[in-house]
Amino acid sequence: MTKHKSSRNRYGLLIFLWVLGLGSLFTMLLYGTDIRLLNPRGVIADDQFKLIVFSTIVLLLIAVPTLFFLYFFAWKYRESNHKAAYEPDRRHGRFFIFSLWAIPCVFMVVLASVMWGSTHKLDPRKSIASGNKALKVQVIALRWKWLFVYPEQGIATINFVQAPVNTPVEFDLTADEAPMSSFWIPHWGGQLYAMTGHTNRLNLMPTTKEDSEGSSAEINGTGFAGMKFAARASSQEDFDNWVRHVKQSPDALDSTAYQQLLQPSENNKPQVYSAAEPNLYDTVLSKYMGPQQHHTEHE
Amino acid sequence: MKEFLIGKLSLESLPHEWFTLGGTVFFGLLTVAVIVLLTVTKRWKWLWKEWLTSVDPKKIGIMYFIVAGFMLIARGGLEALMMWLQQALGASNMPGALGATHGYLSADHFQQIFTAHGNIMVFFVAMGFIFGLINYIVPLQIGARDLASPFLNTLGFWLYVAGVVMVNMFFVFGGQYAATGWLAVAPLSGTQFSPGVGMDYWIWSLQISGVGTTLGAINFIMTILKMRAPGMTLWKMPAFTWGSLCSMIMAVTVFPLLTATIFLVFFDRYFGTHFFTTTLGGDPMMYTNLIWMWGHPEVYILVLPAYGVFSEIVSTFSRKPLASYTSNILGMIGVSLFALSVWLHHFFTMGAGADVNAFFGVMTMCIAIPTTVLVFTWIATMYKGRIRFTTPMLWFLGFIAVFTLGGITGVMLAIPPADFQFHNSLFLVAHFHSNVIGGVLFGVFAGISYWFPKIAGFRLNERIGKYAFWCWMIGFSLSFIPMYILGLMGATRRLDTYDASTGWQPFYVLMLIGGIIIAIGVALQIVQIIASVIEKKRLRDITGDPWDGRSLEWATASPPAPYNFTTIPQAATRDTFWEMKKQSLPKVAYEDIRMPKNTASGIYISIFAFLLGFGFVWHISWLIVVSMVGILACIITRTFNDHTESTIPAAEVERLEIARREKLQHEHNVSADKPTHLDMDADMGLREFIKIAVVWAWNVVRHKQ
Repeated sequence: MTKHKSSRNRYGLLIFLWVLGLGSLFTMLLYGTDIRLLNPRGVIADDQFKLIVFSTIVLLLIAVPTLFFLYFFAWKYRESNHKAAYEPDRRHGRFFIFSLWAIPCVFMVVLASVMWGSTHKLDPRKSIASGNKALKVQVIALRWKWLFVYPEQGIATINFVQAPVNTPVEFDLTADEAPMSSFWIPHWGGQLYAMTGHTNRLNLMPTTKEDSEGSSAEINGTGFAGMKFAARASSQEDFDNWVRHVKQSPDALDSTAYQQLLQPSENNKPQVYSAAEPNLYDTVLSKYMGPQQHHTEHE
Repeated sequence: MKEFLIGKLSLESLPHEWFTLGGTVFFGLLTVAVIVLLTVTKRWKWLWKEWLTSVDPKKIGIMYFIVAGFMLIARGGLEALMMWLQQALGASNMPGALGATHGYLSADHFQQIFTAHGNIMVFFVAMGFIFGLINYIVPLQIGARDLASPFLNTLGFWLYVAGVVMVNMFFVFGGQYAATGWLAVAPLSGTQFSPGVGMDYWIWSLQISGVGTTLGAINFIMTILKMRAPGMTLWKMPAFTWGSLCSMIMAVTVFPLLTATIFLVFFDRYFGTHFFTTTLGGDPMMYTNLIWMWGHPEVYILVLPAYGVFSEIVSTFSRKPLASYTSNILGMIGVSLFALSVWLHHFFTMGAGADVNAFFGVMTMCIAIPTTVLVFTWIATMYKGRIRFTTPMLWFLGFIAVFTLGGITGVMLAIPPADFQFHNSLFLVAHFHSNVIGGVLFGVFAGISYWFPKIAGFRLNERIGKYAFWCWMIGFSLSFIPMYILGLMGATRRLDTYDASTGWQPFYVLMLIGGIIIAIGVALQIVQIIASVIEKKRLRDITGDPWDGRSLEWATASPPAPYNFTTIPQAATRDTFWEMKKQSLPKVAYEDIRMPKNTASGIYISIFAFLLGFGFVWHISWLIVVSMVGILACIITRTFNDHTESTIPAAEVERLEIARREKLQHEHNVSADKPTHLDMDADMGLREFIKIAVVWAWNVVRHKQ
């Protein structure tokens, strides 16, 4: 009997050591790295981060006691423990059955009510309140690169987007001759899909002057892993300088240049265009609106 | 002429890359080995009569296990290791090999692997195992001798096999599988972006096996509803049967939807329709909706029987009835009802409004309620029980740890704004692997080790089984906890290469190490089975009830006679057998037993179904016509066959029963001086196993000389 007991204690110790070892290994490996979701650099990312933390805490409140009781009972009512009670015909009372259902219900009501509010508050299409006027950026997912058009500035870029800090950015997302792609800058906030013939509005607002990475989160073909872009948040002054600089670029995004972009290509370097066709985004959208469009034109 | 004969097939379709050559050689050698073995041992007739054409759900169940286990090791598991190896080597500062820029797989090849991994693990491993368990155990648990429609069941199995063959066919012809992700999202799966035959193999392997699932599920609903032992009302059914019933009802509800959706994809690709294309009014978002309306319930179709398995195991090994049986069953029913109304949480990020997203978020959280109730009933069952730590119980305890992790993260993913950050990241991938591995796979392993004595007549080696369990747990924590962390670091799923400066590589390496440990665990599970066969005399279960069981499957012999029960039991209470054991045994009166006859129709129909799919993949019109006619002819012939049953006369039953008892008696006498069959400390360990294996190999070599 004593032999059994010591071996069980050894199990507990081994599991404890394993958890401890894994924990310290991960901490060591994480040192100096950027845990993007826990390191928000924008208002939306920050709210989403808080939501993640809140829900984790609430869920741990129910999960930890559950696991504790489960493993404690497993240990306490082990067959070799003759001191523990054994009631093979135990019937459970109404209170027990009530709490069986009530406990998870209470937790889910708490979470669901927070969720309902935050889903509306953090609706991606909702404009972000700010003293600064929002910057409009039109995003077209191509195979396999991101085209950013700044309609107000009249410039366009490939795989690079810059915005001034503390200014809301209104991303309009669509795609052209590309499968569904997902536009995601983890540091700034959550993702939204870019789809042909469909426009999605994503409002984000960077708050830290830093370069972040964005990518396509949804699988969309062979160039998927390389469909990355840099998202730079700078001061308003730097942003204006950058726009002026881009305006001097020799390349312009005319229809020839755009046709070139429609050709599939992988791992594209950032590129800038001094001018963009003003209606490019709408043209791309209406390209997929189907024959009805033609019909009205003929009339 | 050439195009008429072989469609789009050409010399280029034959294998010429390392992985297609490897696959072809492997499957070729395997086929040759099987043929040689069968011929040498003169077992062709035996195989055909005893197994392939059998309609006995017990035999079909075992065949499901064999096919699913084979697919787990030869395809799904291997692919997981291949992906982890690629990702461990895939940092941007690593040199590439075999023509890849980074790592050793090209982007396209990597994408084919994760697509195949998902399809195979869900359709051909998890579904196969679950159907195997249901086939073997449900008829026994409800005290039935056979199924409501044995023919539908065998047809379902053989269509599943046809799907398995189809999903491996690309090695030999075509050299490519779909590279679209396991659900083939539109418009990526259309001809514009995926012109190759890979997508067509996807369509037909899923289509054929999907139809098989629907047919099998119809049979089990009928069986459970109509063929229960007298006295067994619905509220007296064992939990596993309940889980299976819920699962099968859901399968019948949603699998036709999958079939219809795949047909629409097929129309788009073959006839140029525009259901899911980007042009001419097609709507890819419609596809996303339809596929997830099937896809979400599908995971519950897999996990509900596993919940049932755990309910049985906790109750048996705590030597207590399930605490609040009603809550437990209502929990499973609740899960299956809610599961039908949560599909949109797979694409909160597609741009639905806040109201729609929030509604589906609430529905998703609702699922957490019955699931938590299930966990609570298991805890309450253990309370004041007498718990034995056998391997099935260990799988249960491991399941709870892993599943809780998956459950917590699942609820986090149900919060739309949080999901915007988690979606398509490795956090999501880690979440559903926690649920599918922890819930489904652990459930299957628990179920197999729990019912193995029933199936084989001897129990499994406990010691090596425990080693395997710990390998799985350690491997799981090493491969999936880093995956959660990577998700938090912003790593999207399905990346074959990534920037070295992200600091992700060490975690990908840990995942690979974890994967290798899991592979060792799988190897140990095979060793466990071999070691148990070696020791089977000592592990023999003579009573038919090795665990002191509670439900009817333990009331009959191990392994059961073809007709399961000599006399149909009366089910007076919930834990029928537990109560029966307290009373004296009734006198046996033998009776004539009518049993379904073997049939090969299912095999013929499935061969034609496979050829039909193959004809469509390669656009071979004559083959398509021939196979369609073949399927119809087989079905019509079968319907006109009135002699589908035969009678075993009472005298024959008596003879069989007496012979069986005498055999048991004999074995009992032989093993009387040995330790009892539940003495688990005496089970062979790894060292002894290796010693025996080495001695055996040495003897073989010496014998040859």
